[in-house]
Amino acid sequence: MAEVVFDEASRIYTPGAKPAVDRLSLTVADGDLVVLVGPSGSGKSTALRMLAGLEPIDAGSVRINGRDVVDVQPKDRDIAMVFQNYALYPSKTVAENMAFPLKMRGMEKEERGRRVRQAAEMLGLTEYLDRKPKALSGGQRQRVAMGRAIVREPQVFLMDEPLSNLDAKMRVQTRAQIAEMQNRLAVSTVYVTHDQVEAMTMGDKVAVLADGKLQQYATPPELYDRPANAFVAGFIGSPAMNLLELPRSSSGVTLGGIEIPLTREVTDAAGSRDKLTVGIRPEDWVLESTDADAASVVKAVVDVVEELGSESYLYAHLAEDTATTIVVRGPGRVKVRFGDPIAVRPTAEALHVFDVESGERLD
Amino acid sequence: MAITTDTPTDERASATDEGQTPRKQRRSAANVWFGVIAWVVGIAFFFPVFWMVLTSFKTEADAYTPTPKLFFQPTLEQYEGVFSSGLGPYIANSVAATVLSTIFVLLLGVPAAFALSLRPVKKTSDVLFFFISTKMLPVVAAIVPIYVVVNQIGMLDNIWTLIILYTGMNLPIAVWMMRSFFLEVPGELLEQASIDGAPLWRTLREIVLPIISPGIFATALICVIFAWNEFFFAVNLTAANAGTVPVFLVGFITSEGLYWAQLSAAATIAALPVVLAGWVAQNKLVQGLSFGAVK
Repeated sequence: MAEVVFDEASRIYTPGAKPAVDRLSLTVADGDLVVLVGPSGSGKSTALRMLAGLEPIDAGSVRINGRDVVDVQPKDRDIAMVFQNYALYPSKTVAENMAFPLKMRGMEKEERGRRVRQAAEMLGLTEYLDRKPKALSGGQRQRVAMGRAIVREPQVFLMDEPLSNLDAKMRVQTRAQIAEMQNRLAVSTVYVTHDQVEAMTMGDKVAVLADGKLQQYATPPELYDRPANAFVAGFIGSPAMNLLELPRSSSGVTLGGIEIPLTREVTDAAGSRDKLTVGIRPEDWVLESTDADAASVVKAVVDVVEELGSESYLYAHLAEDTATTIVVRGPGRVKVRFGDPIAVRPTAEALHVFDVESGERLD
Repeated sequence: MAITTDTPTDERASATDEGQTPRKQRRSAANVWFGVIAWVVGIAFFFPVFWMVLTSFKTEADAYTPTPKLFFQPTLEQYEGVFSSGLGPYIANSVAATVLSTIFVLLLGVPAAFALSLRPVKKTSDVLFFFISTKMLPVVAAIVPIYVVVNQIGMLDNIWTLIILYTGMNLPIAVWMMRSFFLEVPGELLEQASIDGAPLWRTLREIVLPIISPGIFATALICVIFAWNEFFFAVNLTAANAGTVPVFLVGFITSEGLYWAQLSAAATIAALPVVLAGWVAQNKLVQGLSFGAVK
């Protein structure tokens, strides 16, 4: 059980160049599962590898349970890692793979066997213990890699995109398994993914990274409801939030000929800016009838309809300004088709407003 | 074989897709020609060997008929003749030089290749160039200093001289070959091993070597072939004591030059171990030489 602290930790590959991880500071509370999420090149994997000891920490520090691990070898950090490609030893059987870290620690053979059998039972691998990794399916290999991490009973689990080599169905299944197992074992876990759905569903807290910098570190609902900047707003949520650059009006902003009022806090924070980035989630549009009062609705023309059964997503461009496209969530079995006109109204209370230049949240 | 299997495919293709027919036919005509060329080249390479083996089973009289004889009464008398003229010690020398030099190459080359692939540093390419640069000097140009040195330290006609030279001769190629195999090992495996707490030599022995064993095997076989067939050092630095099979063979040409059948038998014996080793190992060899080519 351990607390993990990144304290201004940086990784600079080539001196003078932009750091791969730039002064990352965050704390993983004991027993929490923290997800590092971001697009490729955001530094999330590098941050994990710094914690693992596979990348040097060029500035700042990383502490596990209060101990600075900057100069500690990977094997002495009391961590276990699950790699994206599982990194199973091809010449060893499942049982040997799982027992290997214990063997390297000089554990008694009997105790090794006991732990391996226990983990295998938990993961449903008992009948595969004598097989080589080559003879296993992707999902089974993934579980062996998990098992090898579990038998260690480490202070921290590190997982580097452990689900991305699985097919969609296995991924959803395994996602739940990992979350359940992590809850049961209550071992602090740092989990890296590029998939925001994984981040939202698995994380006790989620750290969003971009360009080596931490954008926001919060619980999933907080990330969704109050994104700290336009990047987080666009990254979390699927389909992505509509981010529109809109001109100011007397008490709000104008979109497609109508005025959208903003709250007092936002207008105060916005000051004299004459343009604002306004974020509207697809579900925060209200579909109105097309013959509604023209002053209160935005008219748009449908380009694509994604029918998902329980709901649908309408991709449309504004009637007045064809270059501006929006995504609107509609009910399932929606009647509109390509080329149909629609009328939508944003829910004023649900708007997210950001500075156009810096992308920072205003309010 | 390519010719016969291609034909039905083309018929099917022309039945389903008219527009493609001319191009496909051109391609199959090209395939026929490549097939013919391959057979001609193959036979041209194989025929002298075939004739050598054939002649080794003839009597000297049969070997000398003005029109070459394809059918004859085979005999082993040439082989008996070769062995009775003292081939044995030469074979022993060849085996010693080949086996020991190959073992030394592997003992030195595996760690070197592992180190050069594990964590490339700034000078890695310089080191690799240094290795290969030793192969750029023609052996002929180096033989005089080598002879003088070997003579000075009193190692002429000593099998250990050949073992050391063959080790040095094969080491650069072996390091280059094996390095390319080591590079195929996924880096995550080494990282996983370091997290698991495996020391370097254990990572190498238990995790890396089993993966690239076909590659090591192929490298060893190539070293065996080169060492077994080596002639220039052997003929210049050895005589009766440490002479190898190629040296024996040359002596045989001069002394028994007119006895074609017996010479063929000697040559067949010289060629046999390498051919056998290659044949026994062909699966592993192909696996090793094409290692990582298909992923």
